[in-house]
Amino acid sequence: MFNLFLLQALNGIQFGILLFLVAAGLTLIFGIMDLINLGHGVLYMVGAYFVATLTAWTGDFFLGLALALPATLAFGILLERLIFSRLYERDHLDQVLATFGLILILNEGVKMIWGAAPMSVPIPDLLSGSIPLIGFMRYPVFRIVIIAAGLLTALGLYLLVSHTRIGMLLRAGATDAPMVSALGVDIKRLFMLVFGLGAMLAGFAGAMVAPILSVEPSMGDSVLILTFVVIVIGGVGSVRGAFVAALLVGLVDTLGRTFGPILLRSMMEPSAAAQTGQTLAPMLIYILMAAVLFFRPSGLFPSRGAVA
Amino acid sequence: MSAASQVSPAATPGVAEHRQGGMLAGRGAAMAAAVIFLLLALLPLAATALNDPFLMVTATRIMIFALAALSLDLVLGYGAMVSFGHAAFIGIGAYAVAILSANGVGDILVQAIAAVAASALFALVTGAISLRTRGVYFIMITLAFGQMAYFFMVSLSAYGGDDGITLPARSTLFGAPLLDDDMALFYAVLAVLILAFAGLRAVVASRFGRVLRGTRDNAQRMQAIGFSPFRYQLTAYVMAGAIAGIAGVFLANQAEFVSPAYMTWQRSGELIVMVVLGGMGTLVGAIAGAIAFLLVEDWLAIFSEHWKLGLGILLVLLVLFTRGGIVGGVERLTGRSQP
Repeated sequence: MFNLFLLQALNGIQFGILLFLVAAGLTLIFGIMDLINLGHGVLYMVGAYFVATLTAWTGDFFLGLALALPATLAFGILLERLIFSRLYERDHLDQVLATFGLILILNEGVKMIWGAAPMSVPIPDLLSGSIPLIGFMRYPVFRIVIIAAGLLTALGLYLLVSHTRIGMLLRAGATDAPMVSALGVDIKRLFMLVFGLGAMLAGFAGAMVAPILSVEPSMGDSVLILTFVVIVIGGVGSVRGAFVAALLVGLVDTLGRTFGPILLRSMMEPSAAAQTGQTLAPMLIYILMAAVLFFRPSGLFPSRGAVA
Repeated sequence: MSAASQVSPAATPGVAEHRQGGMLAGRGAAMAAAVIFLLLALLPLAATALNDPFLMVTATRIMIFALAALSLDLVLGYGAMVSFGHAAFIGIGAYAVAILSANGVGDILVQAIAAVAASALFALVTGAISLRTRGVYFIMITLAFGQMAYFFMVSLSAYGGDDGITLPARSTLFGAPLLDDDMALFYAVLAVLILAFAGLRAVVASRFGRVLRGTRDNAQRMQAIGFSPFRYQLTAYVMAGAIAGIAGVFLANQAEFVSPAYMTWQRSGELIVMVVLGGMGTLVGAIAGAIAFLLVEDWLAIFSEHWKLGLGILLVLLVLFTRGGIVGGVERLTGRSQP
């Protein structure tokens, strides 16, 4: 039982780390530009497709990843220049409509270029093994690498946001973007930077899951919604909040699916417990979100003034 | 965060204030609605003359979505609440029919009461939580609650789960299978659509509607003169949810099939597009928008299986190149100044 718990907890952390990578950029975009971007999930999808194609092309996952990251960065900046930069001054409804349109375009575009069938990316040989946990339990190296890469990224983001000049501008921008602009900072460049960074992080998440999930059109949609839940729980504009909330959501979702039915079994008969657990588990994170919002309407880490 | 989001509670500040009352307001709206309803009422004649029964099926589906879009307009256009989970209410209404008829309750009145009760309750609970927030939060939370309902139905394996469930038969009225005839179903939906339109017109013209519109335009001022925006917005949200639930009852009957696909977040997005396309805060605009949207969708689908690409491009271009959104652009084209 404990082993199962440990295994599922690791899976939950790994899932949470991925959500954090997507949420980190998106929460900054919400917080600093006050832009509701439904299109962030497709960047995750695009990252996965880039790495799938480039890995097949170069024959090496690491080379593919190294090429996919600048490619998603460039793609993000291109989208920012073409579409998002024109939306900052619009109201939220316009932003919802335009980015909803963008999702339709990119999901369908991906389908046209790569086909509707899922693609798979082989796990690189170097990372394909598993390491022993406790007793007979083993855990895949690749998932450990995802967790490590995510934690390193989180640390890097923390240093960037809390200890650099750009980070200072980001924090200032989240508090009062017009004032930062009035003080002579090129806010447009700052926005572009945030957007490119966010796109690259989302693309990185997509690239990292490509070997363990199937790469398919619309794969970003479900991640987008979970990311929204993360951002709402963590507090819009707060990277720290996104980190805590992402791990919370990852753990609650993964553990709930495994242990919900087991816990219920102690209270009701097995078949009813399985049925109820199966139905309730996917709703857990939304119930969590509702509970957090009920007590703290601006999330766990309300952002006014603090990005980090 | 802009300074504006600081002052206005719930929803997006100022969303509608520069768009309301656009090209189809007041008496013109009633005339336009009368024309649409008259044309719809005559449609079965055309379908018979052209010997094209599919025309009536399509029109029924369009009217069902028009009913849902109409209810969303109360929330979006009059309440300035950008709700991104409206399809959930359609799904709840549809599942009320599916679950009841699978358990032997086929009467449409019972089903409709259950659908209204369930969707209104869901709206009451989720609305009360969502309305504690504002701006982008409200959009994201309504979206998340919509997904919650979606996943609930997906995992409800007793009633088909992901695959959906086929109805044993269409609903009956006092034991009589009246709705089995497509034309009867068509006129039933049309009647309910007209009823809902007239009812909502009365609502938005009433004192309640004036408070709601006042809150949309300036929530702080409404609060200052002694109104609690929360109660009015929540009431509107619940009313809209209940009407969308009715749309779900008809959708289930029309397709004789119910699945979680009715309540995806893309569907919610499409409903928003319908309302904005037709003109928010006009009621008749929502109906016109639903008709236009679904016709464009069908039309694009003729050309290519990748019709969503065309729809997406259309949407992005419309927002980017028409100042003040789609309606603003149409208003400028037609030369009507904004209030």
